[in-house]
Amino acid sequence: MKKISRRRFVEGTSAGIVAVAAIPAAEAQQKAPVTAAQPGVPRTTIKVIVNGVERRMEVEDRWTLVELLRDHLNLTGTKIGCDRGECGACTVLVDGTPLYSCSQLAVWMNGRSIQTVEGLAKNGKLDPLQEAFIQHDAPQCGYCTSGQLMIAKALLVKNARPTHDEVRTAMTGNLCRCSNYNHYVEAVMAASGTAPSTGGGNAA
Amino acid sequence: MRSFSNVNPKDLKEATGVLRQKGQAAAIVGGGSDVLGMVKERLITPDVLVSLKSIRGLDRVTEKNGEVVIGGLITLDALSRDPLIRKNYNVLAEAAAHVGTPQIRNAGTLAGNVCQRPWCWYYRNGFPCYKNGGNTCFSITGENEFHAIFGGGPSFIVHPSDTAPALVALDAKFRIVGASGERTIAAAGFFKLPADNPARENVLANDEVLSEIHLRSAKAGVRSTYHKEMDRESWTHAVVSVAVVMEMDGQVCKSARVVLGGVAPIPWRVPKVEAMLAGKRITPELAAQAGAVAVQGARPLAKNQYKVPLTQAVVKQTLVTLGA
Repeated sequence: MKKISRRRFVEGTSAGIVAVAAIPAAEAQQKAPVTAAQPGVPRTTIKVIVNGVERRMEVEDRWTLVELLRDHLNLTGTKIGCDRGECGACTVLVDGTPLYSCSQLAVWMNGRSIQTVEGLAKNGKLDPLQEAFIQHDAPQCGYCTSGQLMIAKALLVKNARPTHDEVRTAMTGNLCRCSNYNHYVEAVMAASGTAPSTGGGNAA
Repeated sequence: MRSFSNVNPKDLKEATGVLRQKGQAAAIVGGGSDVLGMVKERLITPDVLVSLKSIRGLDRVTEKNGEVVIGGLITLDALSRDPLIRKNYNVLAEAAAHVGTPQIRNAGTLAGNVCQRPWCWYYRNGFPCYKNGGNTCFSITGENEFHAIFGGGPSFIVHPSDTAPALVALDAKFRIVGASGERTIAAAGFFKLPADNPARENVLANDEVLSEIHLRSAKAGVRSTYHKEMDRESWTHAVVSVAVVMEMDGQVCKSARVVLGGVAPIPWRVPKVEAMLAGKRITPELAAQAGAVAVQGARPLAKNQYKVPLTQAVVKQTLVTLGA
């Protein structure tokens, strides 16, 4: 049951069928339908590595990175909150650097390596940071959680044993409307030191 | 988003050529944070985005002919961590570190921060004000708690940049490259009051790019700092800020440059304060007098009167801290 994602549950129930077991993230990404760019709109072919998978694809110049991830690669773990670089829900790592994916164009990602929340778990095993988030009830409504995970991941890769203040400062760009900040900080503190020093994944 | 094409020029010549050819249909983009927001809000409707990210070599700090040259495309994060900038131009490192959030500083560029458009809520919400091509400023009789107390009229926006006051305080030079040549001007001359042109904040022509910032080589005894007051602890623009650069001879201030942010449509130098500090020890009494002099001539609007005592206190406290 744990493997049924919120999206699959909603999709499944709205279609009037029982949700089936979710495809593991990496596999889902391989099989994800890639929506084509619209004709008549400026397009560019780019090469990107997403969660370790190299892709060559045609994107509309106006697509933001988060639109590429969600609407065209089916990686819906990354959320769109404000779509204006003011909330942090869309945070992903680009060549290891946390960025707002709503404020980057997909076309600017040519040659870059992107890690999303789907890239955190390895071989069916959650990242220690994800485990700590669960242990400490870090997510409440959950909408900002994937962004919080990615900014925390970037912090721990650079600074495996941060202080409380360093965690708070690092996470200032990620809002939580449930205001569950203390639990987020606790979770990151708990995970610190347990995260692999290389950062795992493809946070190159 | 409305459709546009993205152009990746290989150098400034190609970039400025496209800008000249496309005119108003083109927009320059550096880090993207501000420009994409403006496209989404339809404050600008470019057919072409000229992305400067593809131009190599404009994202670093170098020493050249006794000057320090900073490429306009350096990210605010890289600038705030640069060892040379932290050592000799602390005010600039601190200002860069106070912009937005980590993610914004990872994307945002120095030139983009200096050239970003104002964050007046009337402008950003599409009101037909001076900045949006209209002929009025809604803040004068409207919600003006974050607006200018100096230099306002006919528009009362405040300049939103943290790095701009630091660069004026450092007496930086700006290298501007256009389609038909280049020019280098003093930072203080780059910014324009609304009285000159209420639609714009600086001297850049449509086909011009702020390509480099030049700083004179550091002198011994120079110390500097940036202090930013916000209405919350992070992720917003200055309500009041101050950039101070002081050349000290032992305990005595030989010369000083003091520039306010968040209170005027341009980085606001206070020459009277600079003059009264020269040749003096920075005592708490002198700092208090400087704070009082800094706000002489302030003309607050109905809801931003609090900025006057706040500016006074920020100037005083920053001088005490830096001069001690």
